[in-house]
This record gives sequence, C-alpha cells and structure tokens, in this order.
Amino acid sequence: MTTTTFPANFEYLDEIRDFVGDIARRSGFSEKDIYSLQLAADEAATNIIEHAYEGIKNGFIELACDMQGDLLIIIMRDEGRTFDPSKVKPPNLKADLSERQIGGLGMYLMRKLMDEVRYESTRNGNILTMIKQKG
Amino acid sequence: MEITSQEFKHCDLVKIKGRVDSSTAQEFTKALEKVTNNGRYKIAIDMSELEYMSSAGFRALLNTQRNCKRYNRGEVVLVKLPDRIREALELAGFTELFKTFTDPLEAVGNF
Repeated sequence: MTTTTFPANFEYLDEIRDFVGDIARRSGFSEKDIYSLQLAADEAATNIIEHAYEGIKNGFIELACDMQGDLLIIIMRDEGRTFDPSKVKPPNLKADLSERQIGGLGMYLMRKLMDEVRYESTRNGNILTMIKQKG
Repeated sequence: MEITSQEFKHCDLVKIKGRVDSSTAQEFTKALEKVTNNGRYKIAIDMSELEYMSSAGFRALLNTQRNCKRYNRGEVVLVKLPDRIREALELAGFTELFKTFTDPLEAVGNF
C-alpha cells in the first residue's frame, strides 16, 4: 500500500485529493470515478478534521491507497475522538429548503460514491476503509 | 479559488473558478455575503470554470439560497454546471433547490 501522512488541516485537502486521484488515474479509473473517489476522500478527511480532531491540535491523518485486484482501497487512520457512524443521521433529501440539513451529507455522499464504507474504532483511534470497484 | 462578481440591473452575476472545499468555502461564503449585505438577493452563479465542489460548498449555496428566498426577495440560480458538479449536487438532492441555466445571459434575464 502507498501510505502517507497529512496534518489534519483543511489546507491539505487538495493534496489528499491529488494523492487519491493520481493512484486512481494510474489504475485506469474513468474521470467520473476519479472525481467520485476524490470527493469521497475529501468528505472523509473533512469529517476527521471537523469531528475526530475537534479542539485537538497537531492531529494527523494517515492515508493509504492502492489497488487490490480491480478494487481501489482507501484507508484513513486517525488518533482523534472515537467515532460512531450510527449516531450520524442520514440527511433528508426531500426536505424543503427551510428544513434542509447539511449535517450528515458528507457521510451520505461517501456511501453513495463508494461501493463500501467501513468504520472501525480502536483504543488508538479510528480506521475508515472505503472501497470502489473499477469499471 | 477565484471569485469575481458583476452587478446587473436586476441581479448579480458571481463567477467562481477553481475548487471549493472546506478550506476555501469560507471565502466563497464571504463573497456571497458581500452581495447579500448590499441588499442584493437575486444572484446567478456562473460555474463554468468551477473544477470541484465538496459538501462544504453545497452548504454555502444552501445558506445563501435560504437567505435570498426569505420574504420572496430573490433567489440563487446556477449557471453552466460542469457535469461532475451537477452529478454531485444531484446525489445530494440539491438540484431541486436551484434553478439551473446553460447560458449566463439567460440566467440574468430570468430575473
């Protein structure tokens, strides 16, 4: 797996998207799928920065990305607060403008854009695995 | 990200270039607030040179649409949506909250 570590800071989202995008492009994904993978990685990293590391300085995100057969695997590890995905309510996409909530939209998009999204919380933090099949 | 804005008689045309994510969304929000703080609530956003937008940008669009539609004083419309961004907005159920146009002049003329 190609692994790299980024500071948990919004300024690094560009680099996180480029890192995933380069691997996806080299692996022959379509431009549409590359965009989806980059958006999913961005939303995942944004959630880690905003929630897992809320009020915590010097956090980091360890990002691993590679092909396994025809699957692209993205793994993000953080040492922030324990995350329980079941506590995130799905957004109501049919709600009127006044009642539309933006919370939970990032995770909703991740699940829609990827074939599989899996969270695991350990004593040392959270591990997020996202998988997308090529083609 | 780069934002320019142009004032027409009946609306403002805001052009956004580059990428909007959690790092740049605040700047995008501020540019839109600058328009609404001037008492201008009819806004067309030209996205033809927008390369990327995450849900942080969607949030800015949603908040601005809410502000503009209050008291029926205006609305935000989207112009020349690139395919990838349209697909992401559709996935988020946002396309029904915004009128879309393929031509900036048509969007300006809508107001």
